[in-house]
Amino acid sequence: MELANIEKLLEKYLNAETTLAEEKELQRYFSSENVAPHLLEYQMLFNYFTAGKEEKYTKTIRLKSQKSRWKWLSIAASLLLAVSVYTGYQKNQQKKAEKIYNETQYALNMLSANLNKGNNAIVQLQEFDTTTNKIFKQLKK
Amino acid sequence: MNQSEFLKTVMPFKDKVYRLAKRLLVSTEEAEDATQELYFKLWKNKSKMQNYNNVEAFAMTMTKNYCFDRLKSKQAANLKLVHSNYKEHDTSLQKKVELNDSVSIIHKLIENLPEQQKIIIQLRDIEQYEFEEIAQMLNIKPTAIRVTLSRARKTIKEQLTKQHNYGVS
Repeated sequence: MELANIEKLLEKYLNAETTLAEEKELQRYFSSENVAPHLLEYQMLFNYFTAGKEEKYTKTIRLKSQKSRWKWLSIAASLLLAVSVYTGYQKNQQKKAEKIYNETQYALNMLSANLNKGNNAIVQLQEFDTTTNKIFKQLKK
Repeated sequence: MNQSEFLKTVMPFKDKVYRLAKRLLVSTEEAEDATQELYFKLWKNKSKMQNYNNVEAFAMTMTKNYCFDRLKSKQAANLKLVHSNYKEHDTSLQKKVELNDSVSIIHKLIENLPEQQKIIIQLRDIEQYEFEEIAQMLNIKPTAIRVTLSRARKTIKEQLTKQHNYGVS
């Protein structure tokens, strides 16, 4: 294609008035070897566009979300955590109760032992009482 | 619509989706994630897909919207930081090498365009869609697309000439 025509097309191109077919023509011209030196900037630009079309998405596309799997996993984990905290709390409470029970039992044992001691003394005292009564009865006679 | 029918309809334009995502999100990883996420969304909405006579245009619209959402949430977090880091890391030597590399020059020029111009350049000059198709994807009038496209092309051309002259002198 002659240069004058290319320049006209470039003018239209900058005004965004070219059709796709005309733009393809420009692309063909700039991919050739003999580009006019004053149009080198355009060559850079059109080569960039051509190269830009080559970039591909190379990874495989998954249709099932991994996100939801993570979501379920996190729900399960948090449930497990809640249950373990609850049971741990229960165990702890039980231990505390046992400790308190033991302490009270010890205290009650001590109390009853001392009470028995006191009882013995009372028995002795009663003995004393009965003997004094006997003495008094004899005296009255 | 079963899986093989679905794949037959949507697979032909997966590269276009990926390239648009990459144009907007810049990083390769982000673009790959976006493509994956978009296909997952399409699969979930496959029943609705039959209502659209142009599935490809519908997918491109979704891609654009998804990328905009990503950009918005990124902006709050760290995208700006990444950009400024990038500039700081640019040593003068690297800059010189890049100036010689015409591909990265143009890439940068397009990156600096406003989002709408970026998208239209991508859809027209790289993917070669008709103006009517682009109009359908972006939900704006073909005349408005021409105006935006012309502005974008002229900006790139001007910047390119400026850099070119600078390189010569």
